[in-house]
Amino acid sequence: MSALVSTAPRTSALWLALSKNKLSWVGLGLLLLIVGTAVFAPWLAPYDPLQQNIAYRLEPPSPEFWLGTDSYGRDVLSRLIYGTRISLLVGFVAILIAMAIGSSLGVLAGYIGGLFDRVVMGLVDVLLSFPTLVLGLMIAAMLGASLENLIIAIAITEIAPFVRVARAPTIALKQRDFIEAGRALGYGPLRLMGVHIVPNMISDVVVLGSLWMASAIRTEASLSFIGLGVPPPTATWGSMIREGFENILDAWWLTVFPSLAILLTVLALNLLGDALRDAIDPKLRSE
Amino acid sequence: MMRFAIKRLLLAVPTLLAMLTAVFILVRLVPGDPAAVMLGDQASAEALNALRTQLGLDQPVLQQYLHFLGDILTLDFGVSMSTGRSVLHEVAQVLPWTLQLTAAAILIGSIFGLPLGVWAALRRNAWPDYLGRLLSLTGLSFPAFVSAILMLLVFAIQLNWFPVVSSTTAEGWGGQLRNLALPAFNLGLIMMAYVMRVTRSSMLGVMGEDYIRTARAKGIRPMRLILRHGLRNALIPIVTVVGLYFGTLIGNSVLTEIVFNRPGLGKLILGALNVRDYTLLQGLMIVFASCVIVVNLITDLIYGLVDPRVKFQ
Repeated sequence: MSALVSTAPRTSALWLALSKNKLSWVGLGLLLLIVGTAVFAPWLAPYDPLQQNIAYRLEPPSPEFWLGTDSYGRDVLSRLIYGTRISLLVGFVAILIAMAIGSSLGVLAGYIGGLFDRVVMGLVDVLLSFPTLVLGLMIAAMLGASLENLIIAIAITEIAPFVRVARAPTIALKQRDFIEAGRALGYGPLRLMGVHIVPNMISDVVVLGSLWMASAIRTEASLSFIGLGVPPPTATWGSMIREGFENILDAWWLTVFPSLAILLTVLALNLLGDALRDAIDPKLRSE
Repeated sequence: MMRFAIKRLLLAVPTLLAMLTAVFILVRLVPGDPAAVMLGDQASAEALNALRTQLGLDQPVLQQYLHFLGDILTLDFGVSMSTGRSVLHEVAQVLPWTLQLTAAAILIGSIFGLPLGVWAALRRNAWPDYLGRLLSLTGLSFPAFVSAILMLLVFAIQLNWFPVVSSTTAEGWGGQLRNLALPAFNLGLIMMAYVMRVTRSSMLGVMGEDYIRTARAKGIRPMRLILRHGLRNALIPIVTVVGLYFGTLIGNSVLTEIVFNRPGLGKLILGALNVRDYTLLQGLMIVFASCVIVVNLITDLIYGLVDPRVKFQ
Protein backbone atom coordinates (compact mmCIF):
# COMPACT_ATOMS: atom_id res chain seq x y z
CA MET A 1 0.00 0.00 0.00
CA SER A 2 1.14 3.46 -0.66
CA ALA A 3 1.09 5.70 2.38
CA LEU A 4 1.68 8.82 0.41
CA VAL A 5 -1.27 11.06 -0.03
CA SER A 6 -0.44 12.48 -3.41
CA THR A 7 1.65 15.60 -3.11
CA ALA A 8 0.45 16.92 -6.46
CA PRO A 9 -2.50 18.99 -5.14
CA ARG A 10 -0.30 20.48 -2.45
CA THR A 11 2.33 21.53 -4.97
CA SER A 12 -0.21 23.15 -7.20
CA ALA A 13 -1.78 24.90 -4.20
CA LEU A 14 1.60 26.47 -3.50
CA TRP A 15 1.89 27.45 -7.11
CA LEU A 16 -1.59 28.94 -7.02
CA ALA A 17 -0.79 30.97 -3.93
CA LEU A 18 2.36 32.30 -5.53
CA SER A 19 0.58 33.29 -8.70
CA LYS A 20 -2.26 34.93 -6.78
CA ASN A 21 -0.03 36.88 -4.44
CA LYS A 22 1.91 39.37 -6.54
CA LEU A 23 4.05 40.49 -3.62
CA SER A 24 5.45 36.98 -3.27
CA TRP A 25 7.07 37.37 -6.69
CA VAL A 26 8.83 40.48 -5.47
CA GLY A 27 10.06 38.42 -2.52
CA LEU A 28 11.20 35.57 -4.74
CA GLY A 29 13.00 37.92 -7.13
CA LEU A 30 14.77 39.71 -4.29
CA LEU A 31 15.76 36.42 -2.70
CA LEU A 32 17.23 35.06 -5.94
CA LEU A 33 19.19 38.28 -6.30
CA ILE A 34 20.53 37.96 -2.75
CA VAL A 35 21.43 34.29 -3.15
CA GLY A 36 23.14 35.13 -6.45
CA THR A 37 25.13 37.84 -4.70
CA ALA A 38 26.29 35.34 -2.07
CA VAL A 39 27.25 32.69 -4.62
CA PHE A 40 29.10 35.03 -6.98
CA ALA A 41 30.60 37.28 -4.27
CA PRO A 42 34.23 36.91 -5.46
CA TRP A 43 33.28 38.02 -8.98
CA LEU A 44 30.91 40.80 -7.92
CA ALA A 45 32.99 42.47 -5.22
CA PRO A 46 35.18 45.24 -6.67
CA TYR A 47 37.78 44.97 -3.89
CA ASP A 48 39.08 42.50 -1.30
CA PRO A 49 36.69 42.85 1.69
CA LEU A 50 39.55 42.55 4.18
CA GLN A 51 42.08 44.78 2.39
CA GLN A 52 42.83 47.78 4.61
CA ASN A 53 43.99 51.03 3.08
CA ILE A 54 44.77 53.80 5.54
CA ALA A 55 45.02 56.34 2.72
CA TYR A 56 41.29 55.95 2.03
CA ARG A 57 39.76 56.01 5.52
CA LEU A 58 36.05 56.92 5.89
CA GLU A 59 35.63 57.96 2.25
CA PRO A 60 32.01 58.86 1.43
CA PRO A 61 30.34 57.06 -1.49
CA SER A 62 32.05 57.98 -4.78
CA PRO A 63 32.48 56.50 -8.27
CA GLU A 64 35.60 54.76 -6.99
CA PHE A 65 33.98 53.36 -3.82
CA TRP A 66 30.26 53.12 -4.57
CA LEU A 67 29.21 52.74 -0.94
CA GLY A 68 32.22 54.45 0.66
CA THR A 69 34.94 53.01 2.88
CA ASP A 70 35.10 52.22 6.60
CA SER A 71 37.51 53.41 9.30
CA TYR A 72 40.17 50.93 8.14
CA GLY A 73 39.79 52.04 4.52
CA ARG A 74 37.99 48.82 3.54
CA ASP A 75 35.45 48.99 0.71
CA VAL A 76 31.90 48.91 2.16
CA LEU A 77 30.33 47.45 -1.01
CA SER A 78 32.76 44.52 -1.08
CA ARG A 79 32.20 43.84 2.63
CA LEU A 80 28.45 44.04 2.10
CA ILE A 81 28.62 41.51 -0.75
CA TYR A 82 30.72 39.07 1.26
CA GLY A 83 28.50 39.63 4.33
CA THR A 84 25.60 38.16 2.34
CA ARG A 85 27.35 34.81 2.55
CA ILE A 86 27.52 34.80 6.36
CA SER A 87 23.91 35.88 6.83
CA LEU A 88 22.51 33.29 4.44
CA LEU A 89 24.84 30.53 5.64
CA VAL A 90 24.05 31.08 9.33
CA GLY A 91 20.32 31.47 8.70
CA PHE A 92 20.10 28.42 6.45
CA VAL A 93 22.21 26.02 8.48
CA ALA A 94 20.67 27.09 11.80
CA ILE A 95 17.15 26.52 10.45
CA LEU A 96 18.20 23.18 8.95
CA ILE A 97 19.50 22.01 12.34
CA ALA A 98 16.47 23.35 14.19
CA MET A 99 14.20 21.71 11.64
CA ALA A 100 15.93 18.33 11.93
CA ILE A 101 15.96 18.28 15.74
CA GLY A 102 12.63 20.02 16.26
CA SER A 103 10.53 18.05 13.81
CA SER A 104 12.07 14.70 14.88
CA LEU A 105 11.17 15.50 18.48
CA GLY A 106 7.71 16.62 17.39
CA VAL A 107 7.00 13.46 15.40
CA LEU A 108 8.31 11.22 18.20
CA ALA A 109 6.31 13.12 20.82
CA GLY A 110 3.14 12.97 18.74
CA TYR A 111 3.57 9.31 17.86
CA ILE A 112 4.68 7.95 21.23
CA GLY A 113 2.47 10.24 23.32
CA GLY A 114 2.17 9.75 27.07
CA LEU A 115 4.99 10.73 29.39
CA PHE A 116 7.51 11.28 26.57
CA ASP A 117 5.12 13.71 24.89
CA ARG A 118 4.63 15.62 28.13
CA VAL A 119 8.37 15.87 28.76
CA VAL A 120 9.05 17.15 25.23
CA MET A 121 6.25 19.70 25.40
CA GLY A 122 7.53 20.77 28.83
CA LEU A 123 10.94 21.41 27.24
CA VAL A 124 9.25 23.40 24.49
CA ASP A 125 7.49 25.53 27.10
CA VAL A 126 10.83 26.21 28.77
CA LEU A 127 12.48 27.18 25.48
CA LEU A 128 9.56 29.48 24.70
CA SER A 129 9.77 31.16 28.09
CA PHE A 130 13.09 32.74 27.17
CA PRO A 131 12.94 35.74 24.84
CA THR A 132 14.62 34.56 21.61
CA LEU A 133 17.29 37.23 21.67
CA VAL A 134 18.13 36.73 25.35
CA LEU A 135 18.44 32.95 24.91
CA GLY A 136 20.58 33.31 21.79
CA LEU A 137 22.71 35.91 23.52
CA MET A 138 23.30 33.74 26.59
CA ILE A 139 24.15 30.60 24.62
CA ALA A 140 26.43 32.47 22.21
CA ALA A 141 28.15 34.18 25.16
CA MET A 142 28.60 30.90 27.04
CA LEU A 143 29.98 29.03 24.01
CA GLY A 144 32.22 31.89 22.83
CA ALA A 145 32.09 33.84 19.58
CA SER A 146 32.62 31.71 16.45
CA LEU A 147 30.65 30.77 13.34
CA GLU A 148 29.77 27.27 14.62
CA ASN A 149 28.67 28.49 18.05
CA LEU A 150 26.57 31.23 16.53
CA ILE A 151 24.78 28.65 14.37
CA ILE A 152 24.22 26.38 17.39
CA ALA A 153 22.86 29.26 19.49
CA ILE A 154 20.41 30.39 16.81
CA ALA A 155 19.37 26.80 16.03
CA ILE A 156 18.43 26.25 19.69
CA THR A 157 16.24 29.37 19.73
CA GLU A 158 14.31 28.10 16.69
CA ILE A 159 13.70 24.47 17.75
CA ALA A 160 10.47 24.98 19.72
CA PRO A 161 8.14 26.06 16.88
CA PHE A 162 9.26 23.10 14.73
CA VAL A 163 8.33 20.67 17.52
CA ARG A 164 4.84 22.12 17.62
CA VAL A 165 4.38 22.13 13.85
CA ALA A 166 5.49 18.50 13.50
CA ARG A 167 3.62 17.18 16.53
CA ALA A 168 0.08 18.30 15.67
CA PRO A 169 -0.18 16.61 12.22
CA THR A 170 1.51 13.48 13.61
CA ILE A 171 -1.24 13.10 16.20
CA ALA A 172 -3.86 13.55 13.48
CA LEU A 173 -2.16 11.16 11.03
CA LYS A 174 -1.60 8.52 13.71
CA GLN A 175 -5.35 7.87 13.83
CA ARG A 176 -5.79 7.53 10.07
CA ASP A 177 -6.69 4.17 8.57
CA PHE A 178 -3.54 3.73 6.53
CA ILE A 179 -1.39 3.91 9.66
CA GLU A 180 -3.67 1.42 11.38
CA ALA A 181 -3.37 -0.82 8.31
CA GLY A 182 0.40 -0.51 8.36
CA ARG A 183 0.45 -1.47 12.02
CA ALA A 184 -1.76 -4.49 11.26
CA LEU A 185 0.74 -5.54 8.60
CA GLY A 186 3.39 -5.58 11.29
CA TYR A 187 5.33 -2.48 10.31
CA GLY A 188 7.55 -1.16 13.09
CA PRO A 189 7.09 2.32 14.56
CA LEU A 190 10.23 3.61 12.84
CA ARG A 191 8.94 2.57 9.44
CA LEU A 192 5.49 3.99 10.16
CA MET A 193 6.95 7.31 11.23
CA GLY A 194 9.69 7.53 8.63
CA VAL A 195 7.86 6.25 5.57
CA HIS A 196 4.21 6.98 6.32
CA ILE A 197 3.96 9.98 8.61
CA VAL A 198 6.93 12.22 7.84
CA PRO A 199 6.38 12.44 4.04
CA ASN A 200 2.81 13.56 4.69
CA MET A 201 3.77 16.59 6.72
CA ILE A 202 7.28 17.46 5.67
CA SER A 203 6.20 20.03 3.09
CA ASP A 204 4.44 22.09 5.76
CA VAL A 205 7.50 21.94 7.97
CA VAL A 206 9.78 23.03 5.14
CA VAL A 207 7.50 25.90 4.15
CA LEU A 208 7.37 27.21 7.71
CA GLY A 209 11.12 26.74 7.88
CA SER A 210 11.55 29.22 5.07
CA LEU A 211 9.39 31.64 7.04
CA TRP A 212 11.49 31.22 10.19
CA MET A 213 14.74 31.63 8.31
CA ALA A 214 13.81 35.31 8.31
CA SER A 215 13.81 35.30 12.08
CA ALA A 216 17.10 33.35 12.20
CA ILE A 217 18.78 35.95 9.98
CA ARG A 218 17.40 38.73 12.16
CA THR A 219 18.80 37.05 15.27
CA GLU A 220 22.19 36.58 13.57
CA ALA A 221 22.34 40.27 12.70
CA SER A 222 21.31 41.25 16.23
CA LEU A 223 23.90 39.02 17.89
CA SER A 224 26.62 40.28 15.53
CA PHE A 225 25.59 43.82 16.39
CA ILE A 226 25.96 43.05 20.10
CA GLY A 227 29.41 41.60 19.39
CA LEU A 228 28.59 37.89 19.71
CA GLY A 229 28.70 37.07 16.01
CA VAL A 230 31.45 35.76 13.76
CA PRO A 231 34.57 37.49 15.11
CA PRO A 232 36.32 40.27 13.10
CA PRO A 233 37.76 40.88 10.59
CA THR A 234 35.16 38.72 8.77
CA ALA A 235 32.55 40.96 7.19
CA THR A 236 29.02 40.39 8.53
CA TRP A 237 26.19 42.87 8.23
CA GLY A 238 25.60 43.05 11.97
CA SER A 239 29.25 43.65 12.81
CA MET A 240 29.55 46.23 10.00
CA ILE A 241 26.75 48.18 11.69
CA ARG A 242 28.44 47.67 15.05
CA GLU A 243 31.70 49.15 13.76
CA GLY A 244 29.93 51.88 11.79
CA PHE A 245 27.93 52.86 14.86
CA GLU A 246 31.09 54.37 16.38
CA ASN A 247 31.24 56.82 13.47
CA ILE A 248 27.50 57.37 13.14
CA LEU A 249 27.80 61.15 13.51
CA ASP A 250 30.00 61.67 10.46
CA ALA A 251 29.85 58.50 8.33
CA TRP A 252 26.21 57.52 7.77
CA TRP A 253 27.07 55.14 4.91
CA LEU A 254 28.70 52.69 7.32
CA THR A 255 25.37 51.95 9.05
CA VAL A 256 22.74 52.72 6.40
CA PHE A 257 23.84 50.26 3.69
CA PRO A 258 24.22 47.15 5.86
CA SER A 259 20.91 48.11 7.55
CA LEU A 260 19.16 48.14 4.17
CA ALA A 261 20.78 44.82 3.25
CA ILE A 262 19.40 43.14 6.39
CA LEU A 263 15.98 44.72 5.92
CA LEU A 264 15.68 43.65 2.28
CA THR A 265 16.78 40.08 2.98
CA VAL A 266 14.37 39.60 5.87
CA LEU A 267 11.58 41.31 3.93
CA ALA A 268 12.15 39.07 0.89
CA LEU A 269 11.90 35.95 3.06
CA ASN A 270 8.82 37.30 4.83
CA LEU A 271 7.02 38.17 1.58
CA LEU A 272 7.67 34.71 0.24
CA GLY A 273 6.99 32.88 3.50
CA ASP A 274 3.73 34.75 4.01
CA ALA A 275 2.35 33.60 0.67
CA LEU A 276 3.53 30.03 1.26
CA ARG A 277 1.94 29.94 4.70
CA ASP A 278 -1.35 31.18 3.32
CA ALA A 279 -1.18 28.34 0.82
CA ILE A 280 -0.66 25.53 3.33
CA ASP A 281 -2.92 26.80 6.10
CA PRO A 282 -6.41 27.53 4.80
CA LYS A 283 -7.40 28.96 8.20
CA LEU A 284 -4.83 31.70 7.81
CA ARG A 285 -5.53 32.23 4.15
CA SER A 286 -6.03 35.89 3.47
CA GLU A 287 -7.18 35.72 -0.13
CA MET B 1 -13.48 30.31 36.64
CA MET B 2 -11.79 29.95 40.03
CA ARG B 3 -10.94 26.33 39.31
CA PHE B 4 -9.57 27.29 35.91
CA ALA B 5 -7.41 30.00 37.45
CA ILE B 6 -6.00 27.69 40.13
CA LYS B 7 -5.28 24.91 37.64
CA ARG B 8 -3.56 27.34 35.29
CA LEU B 9 -1.48 28.74 38.17
CA LEU B 10 -0.42 25.24 39.20
CA LEU B 11 0.56 24.48 35.63
CA ALA B 12 3.01 27.39 35.65
CA VAL B 13 4.95 25.86 38.56
CA PRO B 14 6.65 23.01 36.65
CA THR B 15 7.49 25.41 33.80
CA LEU B 16 9.07 27.79 36.29
CA LEU B 17 11.07 24.97 37.89
CA ALA B 18 12.18 23.62 34.51
CA MET B 19 13.22 27.13 33.46
CA LEU B 20 15.35 27.51 36.60
CA THR B 21 16.94 24.12 35.91
CA ALA B 22 17.73 25.19 32.34
CA VAL B 23 19.40 28.37 33.60
CA PHE B 24 21.39 26.38 36.17
CA ILE B 25 22.68 24.01 33.49
CA LEU B 26 23.36 26.78 30.97
CA VAL B 27 25.45 28.84 33.37
CA ARG B 28 27.46 25.77 34.35
CA LEU B 29 28.21 25.00 30.69
CA VAL B 30 30.59 27.94 30.70
CA PRO B 31 34.03 26.74 29.69
CA GLY B 32 36.57 27.32 32.43
CA ASP B 33 36.38 27.96 36.14
CA PRO B 34 34.14 30.87 37.23
CA ALA B 35 36.47 31.53 40.17
CA ALA B 36 39.44 31.85 37.79
CA VAL B 37 37.43 34.17 35.56
CA MET B 38 36.54 36.38 38.53
CA LEU B 39 40.02 36.64 39.99
CA GLY B 40 42.00 36.88 36.76
CA ASP B 41 45.24 35.18 35.71
CA GLN B 42 47.44 36.20 38.61
CA ALA B 43 45.27 34.75 41.38
CA SER B 44 46.95 32.45 43.89
CA ALA B 45 45.76 28.90 44.45
CA GLU B 46 44.63 29.75 48.00
CA ALA B 47 42.52 32.66 46.79
CA LEU B 48 40.96 30.49 44.10
CA ASN B 49 40.13 27.75 46.59
CA ALA B 50 38.68 30.26 49.04
CA LEU B 51 36.44 31.72 46.37
CA ARG B 52 35.37 28.27 45.18
CA THR B 53 34.31 27.42 48.73
CA GLN B 54 32.52 30.75 49.01
CA LEU B 55 30.63 30.17 45.75
CA GLY B 56 29.88 26.57 46.71
CA LEU B 57 31.73 25.26 43.65
CA ASP B 58 33.50 22.57 45.71
CA GLN B 59 30.21 20.88 46.54
CA PRO B 60 28.60 18.10 44.48
CA VAL B 61 26.48 19.36 41.59
CA LEU B 62 23.23 18.09 43.09
CA GLN B 63 23.87 20.03 46.29
CA GLN B 64 24.74 23.14 44.26
CA TYR B 65 21.48 22.72 42.38
CA LEU B 66 19.37 22.44 45.54
CA HIS B 67 21.15 25.46 47.03
CA PHE B 68 20.48 27.39 43.82
CA LEU B 69 16.78 26.52 43.84
CA GLY B 70 16.46 27.38 47.51
CA ASP B 71 18.15 30.75 47.01
CA ILE B 72 16.01 31.70 44.00
CA LEU B 73 12.76 30.63 45.67
CA THR B 74 13.59 32.89 48.62
CA LEU B 75 14.31 35.65 46.06
CA ASP B 76 18.03 35.60 46.78
CA PHE B 77 19.60 36.07 43.34
CA GLY B 78 23.13 36.34 44.68
CA VAL B 79 25.69 39.10 44.43
CA SER B 80 26.90 40.61 41.16
CA MET B 81 30.50 39.52 40.48
CA SER B 82 31.44 42.87 38.99
CA THR B 83 29.81 45.42 41.28
CA GLY B 84 29.51 43.50 44.54
CA ARG B 85 25.93 44.65 45.01
CA SER B 86 23.02 42.23 45.06
CA VAL B 87 21.66 41.22 41.67
CA LEU B 88 18.15 42.14 42.76
CA HIS B 89 19.35 45.65 43.62
CA GLU B 90 21.02 46.04 40.20
CA VAL B 91 17.85 44.92 38.43
CA ALA B 92 15.51 47.05 40.56
CA GLN B 93 17.60 50.12 39.84
CA VAL B 94 17.10 50.03 36.06
CA LEU B 95 13.77 48.24 35.89
CA PRO B 96 11.63 51.45 35.91
CA TRP B 97 13.44 52.61 32.73
CA THR B 98 12.66 49.41 30.88
CA LEU B 99 9.07 49.33 32.18
CA GLN B 100 8.52 52.93 31.06
CA LEU B 101 9.86 52.10 27.60
CA THR B 102 7.89 48.90 27.09
CA ALA B 103 4.66 50.40 28.47
CA ALA B 104 4.97 53.34 26.07
CA ALA B 105 5.61 50.90 23.21
CA ILE B 106 2.56 48.78 24.05
CA LEU B 107 0.48 51.97 24.19
CA ILE B 108 1.75 53.21 20.82
CA GLY B 109 1.43 49.77 19.26
CA SER B 110 -2.20 49.32 20.34
CA ILE B 111 -3.41 52.88 19.73
CA PHE B 112 -2.24 52.81 16.11
CA GLY B 113 -2.28 49.08 15.41
CA LEU B 114 -5.89 48.29 16.36
CA PRO B 115 -7.67 50.91 14.22
CA LEU B 116 -5.35 50.29 11.26
CA GLY B 117 -5.98 46.55 11.49
CA VAL B 118 -9.75 47.09 11.62
CA TRP B 119 -9.54 49.47 8.68
CA ALA B 120 -7.53 47.00 6.62
CA ALA B 121 -10.00 44.22 7.40
CA LEU B 122 -13.00 46.35 6.38
CA ARG B 123 -11.28 47.40 3.14
CA ARG B 124 -10.16 43.88 2.37
CA ASN B 125 -8.33 43.52 -0.95
CA ALA B 126 -8.59 47.25 -1.62
CA TRP B 127 -5.62 49.61 -1.52
CA PRO B 128 -5.67 50.30 2.26
CA ASP B 129 -5.43 46.56 2.82
CA TYR B 130 -2.56 45.99 0.38
CA LEU B 131 -0.65 49.01 1.63
CA GLY B 132 -1.29 48.04 5.22
CA ARG B 133 -0.09 44.48 4.68
CA LEU B 134 3.05 45.60 2.90
CA LEU B 135 3.80 48.14 5.64
CA SER B 136 3.18 45.69 8.47
CA LEU B 137 5.33 43.05 6.80
CA THR B 138 8.09 45.65 6.39
CA GLY B 139 7.74 46.62 10.05
CA LEU B 140 8.03 42.98 11.08
CA SER B 141 11.18 42.59 8.97
CA PHE B 142 13.14 45.22 10.88
CA PRO B 143 15.54 43.95 13.49
CA ALA B 144 14.91 46.48 16.29
CA PHE B 145 18.48 47.81 16.22
CA VAL B 146 18.31 48.53 12.49
CA SER B 147 15.15 50.63 12.78
CA ALA B 148 16.59 52.29 15.89
CA ILE B 149 19.75 53.30 14.03
CA LEU B 150 17.82 54.61 11.05
CA MET B 151 15.56 56.67 13.34
CA LEU B 152 18.59 57.95 15.20
CA LEU B 153 20.21 59.01 11.93
CA VAL B 154 17.12 60.76 10.57
CA PHE B 155 15.42 62.34 13.58
CA ALA B 156 18.28 62.91 16.00
CA ILE B 157 21.33 63.50 13.81
CA GLN B 158 19.95 64.98 10.56
CA LEU B 159 16.86 66.81 11.82
CA ASN B 160 18.10 67.29 15.38
CA TRP B 161 14.58 66.98 16.82
CA PHE B 162 15.56 64.62 19.63
CA PRO B 163 18.67 64.06 21.76
CA VAL B 164 21.16 61.55 20.29
CA VAL B 165 21.87 60.05 23.71
CA SER B 166 19.16 59.66 26.33
CA SER B 167 20.31 61.60 29.38
CA THR B 168 19.75 59.96 32.73
CA THR B 169 19.09 63.23 34.53
CA ALA B 170 15.43 64.03 34.03
CA GLU B 171 14.68 67.65 33.11
CA GLY B 172 11.03 67.58 34.10
CA TRP B 173 8.25 65.97 32.13
CA GLY B 174 9.17 67.57 28.81
CA GLY B 175 12.77 66.40 28.95
CA GLN B 176 11.74 62.89 29.97
CA LEU B 177 9.31 62.66 27.07
CA ARG B 178 11.90 63.92 24.60
CA ASN B 179 14.24 61.19 25.84
CA LEU B 180 11.57 58.57 25.64
CA ALA B 181 10.05 59.52 22.27
CA LEU B 182 12.47 57.91 19.79
CA PRO B 183 13.10 54.64 21.66
CA ALA B 184 9.38 54.27 22.41
CA PHE B 185 8.37 54.90 18.81
CA ASN B 186 11.00 52.49 17.59
CA LEU B 187 9.60 49.70 19.77
CA GLY B 188 6.01 50.87 19.31
CA LEU B 189 6.03 50.98 15.51
CA ILE B 190 7.39 47.43 15.26
CA MET B 191 4.72 46.31 17.69
CA MET B 192 2.11 48.26 15.73
CA ALA B 193 2.97 46.24 12.63
CA TYR B 194 2.32 43.08 14.62
CA VAL B 195 -0.92 44.26 16.29
CA MET B 196 -2.23 45.47 12.95
CA ARG B 197 -1.64 42.12 11.30
CA VAL B 198 -3.23 40.15 14.10
CA THR B 199 -6.21 42.55 14.32
CA ARG B 200 -6.79 42.32 10.58
CA SER B 201 -6.95 38.53 10.46
CA SER B 202 -9.03 38.29 13.64
CA MET B 203 -11.49 40.93 12.39
CA LEU B 204 -11.76 39.15 9.03
CA GLY B 205 -12.79 36.00 10.86
CA VAL B 206 -15.38 37.73 13.06
CA MET B 207 -16.92 39.90 10.32
CA GLY B 208 -17.76 36.74 8.37
CA GLU B 209 -19.87 35.33 11.23
CA ASP B 210 -23.63 34.96 11.01
CA TYR B 211 -24.36 37.27 13.95
CA ILE B 212 -22.69 40.12 12.11
CA ARG B 213 -24.96 39.54 9.13
CA THR B 214 -27.96 39.40 11.45
CA ALA B 215 -26.96 42.61 13.20
CA ARG B 216 -26.42 44.32 9.88
CA ALA B 217 -29.82 43.13 8.67
CA LYS B 218 -31.38 44.64 11.78
CA GLY B 219 -30.04 47.98 10.62
CA ILE B 220 -27.50 48.69 13.35
CA ARG B 221 -25.37 51.75 12.70
CA PRO B 222 -22.05 50.72 11.04
CA MET B 223 -19.85 52.17 13.80
CA ARG B 224 -21.72 50.27 16.49
CA LEU B 225 -21.63 47.12 14.39
CA ILE B 226 -17.89 47.31 13.89
CA LEU B 227 -17.01 48.17 17.47
CA ARG B 228 -19.55 46.30 19.60
CA HIS B 229 -20.23 43.27 17.46
CA GLY B 230 -17.00 43.05 15.51
CA LEU B 231 -13.99 44.33 17.41
CA ARG B 232 -15.26 43.25 20.82
CA ASN B 233 -15.33 39.63 19.71
CA ALA B 234 -12.15 39.94 17.68
CA LEU B 235 -10.25 41.23 20.72
CA ILE B 236 -10.05 37.87 22.48
CA PRO B 237 -7.64 36.19 20.06
CA ILE B 238 -5.79 39.49 19.69
CA VAL B 239 -5.05 39.61 23.42
CA THR B 240 -3.67 36.07 23.33
CA VAL B 241 -1.44 36.59 20.34
CA VAL B 242 -0.17 39.92 21.63
CA GLY B 243 0.63 38.20 24.95
CA LEU B 244 2.80 35.75 23.00
CA TYR B 245 4.60 38.73 21.47
CA PHE B 246 5.94 39.77 24.87
CA GLY B 247 9.19 37.79 24.50
CA THR B 248 9.95 39.54 21.22
CA LEU B 249 9.14 42.88 22.83
CA ILE B 250 11.73 42.22 25.54
CA GLY B 251 14.36 41.25 22.96
CA ASN B 252 13.61 44.38 20.95
CA SER B 253 13.80 46.59 24.03
CA VAL B 254 17.27 45.20 24.79
CA LEU B 255 18.48 46.22 21.31
CA THR B 256 16.71 49.58 21.46
CA GLU B 257 18.29 50.46 24.80
CA ILE B 258 21.72 49.62 23.45
CA VAL B 259 21.34 51.84 20.37
CA PHE B 260 19.89 54.81 22.24
CA ASN B 261 22.31 54.28 25.12
CA ARG B 262 19.34 54.28 27.47
CA PRO B 263 19.63 52.74 30.94
CA GLY B 264 17.60 49.57 31.44
CA LEU B 265 17.78 45.79 31.51
CA GLY B 266 19.26 45.75 27.99
CA LYS B 267 22.27 47.84 28.89
CA LEU B 268 22.61 45.88 32.12
CA ILE B 269 22.81 42.57 30.28
CA LEU B 270 25.30 43.98 27.75
CA GLY B 271 27.51 45.26 30.56
CA ALA B 272 27.28 41.90 32.34
CA LEU B 273 28.29 40.15 29.10
CA ASN B 274 31.30 42.39 28.58
CA VAL B 275 32.74 41.74 32.04
CA ARG B 276 31.54 38.13 32.17
CA ASP B 277 29.46 38.74 35.29
CA TYR B 278 27.85 35.30 35.45
CA THR B 279 25.74 35.84 38.56
CA LEU B 280 24.20 38.96 37.05
CA LEU B 281 23.60 37.18 33.72
CA GLN B 282 22.00 34.26 35.51
CA GLY B 283 19.76 36.62 37.51
CA LEU B 284 18.76 38.60 34.43
CA MET B 285 17.90 35.45 32.54
CA ILE B 286 15.64 34.31 35.36
CA VAL B 287 13.99 37.76 35.51
CA PHE B 288 13.37 37.83 31.74
CA ALA B 289 11.97 34.29 31.59
CA SER B 290 9.81 34.80 34.68
CA CYS B 291 8.33 37.90 33.06
CA VAL B 292 7.39 35.89 29.96
CA ILE B 293 5.89 33.06 32.03
CA VAL B 294 3.87 35.51 34.14
CA VAL B 295 2.62 37.43 31.10
CA ASN B 296 1.54 34.16 29.44
CA LEU B 297 -0.25 33.23 32.65
CA ILE B 298 -2.06 36.57 32.79
CA THR B 299 -3.01 36.30 29.11
CA ASP B 300 -4.50 32.87 29.68
CA LEU B 301 -6.42 34.10 32.71
CA ILE B 302 -7.79 37.10 30.78
CA TYR B 303 -8.82 34.72 28.01
CA GLY B 304 -10.67 32.56 30.51
CA LEU B 305 -12.26 35.63 32.07
CA VAL B 306 -13.62 37.16 28.86
CA ASP B 307 -14.50 33.92 27.11
CA PRO B 308 -16.54 31.64 29.37
CA ARG B 309 -16.35 28.91 26.74
CA VAL B 310 -12.72 28.28 27.60
CA LYS B 311 -12.62 24.96 29.35
CA PHE B 312 -9.51 23.62 30.88
CA GLN B 313 -8.38 20.33 29.40
